[in-house]
Amino acid sequence: MTIKPTPYKRITGLGASGGGTGHFIKQRVTALVLLVLVPLFLLQFLSSFTSGYDGVMAWLTTPFGALLTLFMLSAMIAHMRIGLGVVIEDYIGGAARALALMLNTFLCAALWVIALAALIKIYFGG
Amino acid sequence: MAQLTLPKNSTVQKGKHWPAPAGADPKNVRTFRIYRYDPDSGQNPRWDTYDLDTTQFGPMMLHVVIYIKDNVDSTLTFRRSCREGVCGSCAMNIDGRNTVACTKPLEDIKSKVVTIAPLPHQPVVKDLVPDLNEFYAQHAAMQPYLKTTTPAPDKEWKQSIADREKLDGLYECILCASCSTACPSYWWNGDKYLGPAALLQAYRWLIDSRDEDTGARLDAVEDSFRLYRCHTIMNCTQVCPKGLNPAKAIGEIKKMLVERKV
Repeated sequence: MTIKPTPYKRITGLGASGGGTGHFIKQRVTALVLLVLVPLFLLQFLSSFTSGYDGVMAWLTTPFGALLTLFMLSAMIAHMRIGLGVVIEDYIGGAARALALMLNTFLCAALWVIALAALIKIYFGG
Repeated sequence: MAQLTLPKNSTVQKGKHWPAPAGADPKNVRTFRIYRYDPDSGQNPRWDTYDLDTTQFGPMMLHVVIYIKDNVDSTLTFRRSCREGVCGSCAMNIDGRNTVACTKPLEDIKSKVVTIAPLPHQPVVKDLVPDLNEFYAQHAAMQPYLKTTTPAPDKEWKQSIADREKLDGLYECILCASCSTACPSYWWNGDKYLGPAALLQAYRWLIDSRDEDTGARLDAVEDSFRLYRCHTIMNCTQVCPKGLNPAKAIGEIKKMLVERKV
């Protein structure tokens, strides 16, 4: 015979983790940063784009272009990791949740490393 | 976790039809479609339809279900008590929106067929009666009473008029569960997410100027599931039959946590 735990036991579980506020702050700070950086990036990128591939490469080898792109992508990937994490926590349960969250973190980390490597390669004479 | 389809044994089927009484003026007849389920019967839930002469009962939706139980079909099961919006017993999903039946006028509903279902995404005890044990446990977990370390004064804990006014819009909650059961986050993660009703109650004690347990109260909600499953879609605020704003209370709790952290 199985006896279900009491409702109080079921909803209190292992207690509050004490987490979440850090992510909440980070999500909003990165959103604000992106609000400034994305329009700036688009403005610069699109104007360099008028001179085609060479124009974009020339812009990305200026310190401003390279750093702006790096900061924007960093903020974007950090924002994406938390945002996707929230979607995973909402809709995926059980062991798959932990797995999906890990996968999300690894993919975002990989994305950032690739972006960084690409920018370094272009900056130092791609 | 999200469950977007019903298991086979809970797919809702077409049920009985109760025609309007003979001699009723068709102008006054309205159709009500009501969710019926008796887990003990082993049968799937069903939608029964009732054609009723609206001149035979009072103006509120609670009058409708009471009329059915008294005059048409005595097997219909629902909770009710105060019939004036203070007990929260008769909360149900009426015309697609959670509310308390006793303060919902029938004439406000424009749909041709008025649908009445139990509060969404809770286990059904019978017909319109949901199992709210976990919902009540979440309320209890918020320890909704004054907690102090300072010895109690001889007469009373004093509070300024301004501090008392901060509790307006919070203390009026009647625990009808309309808000929590209207929240998709509560549907998907109701075992971990506290839901708007419990969090409104948590905030009511967090900002009580007399309460000395603020830190521990914040600790109890600081969790990516308990609190941060709220994505501020505000279904709770939209449906609250008392006109309260749990979404704002949750936002204020998040602000307090941010303030504590930075």
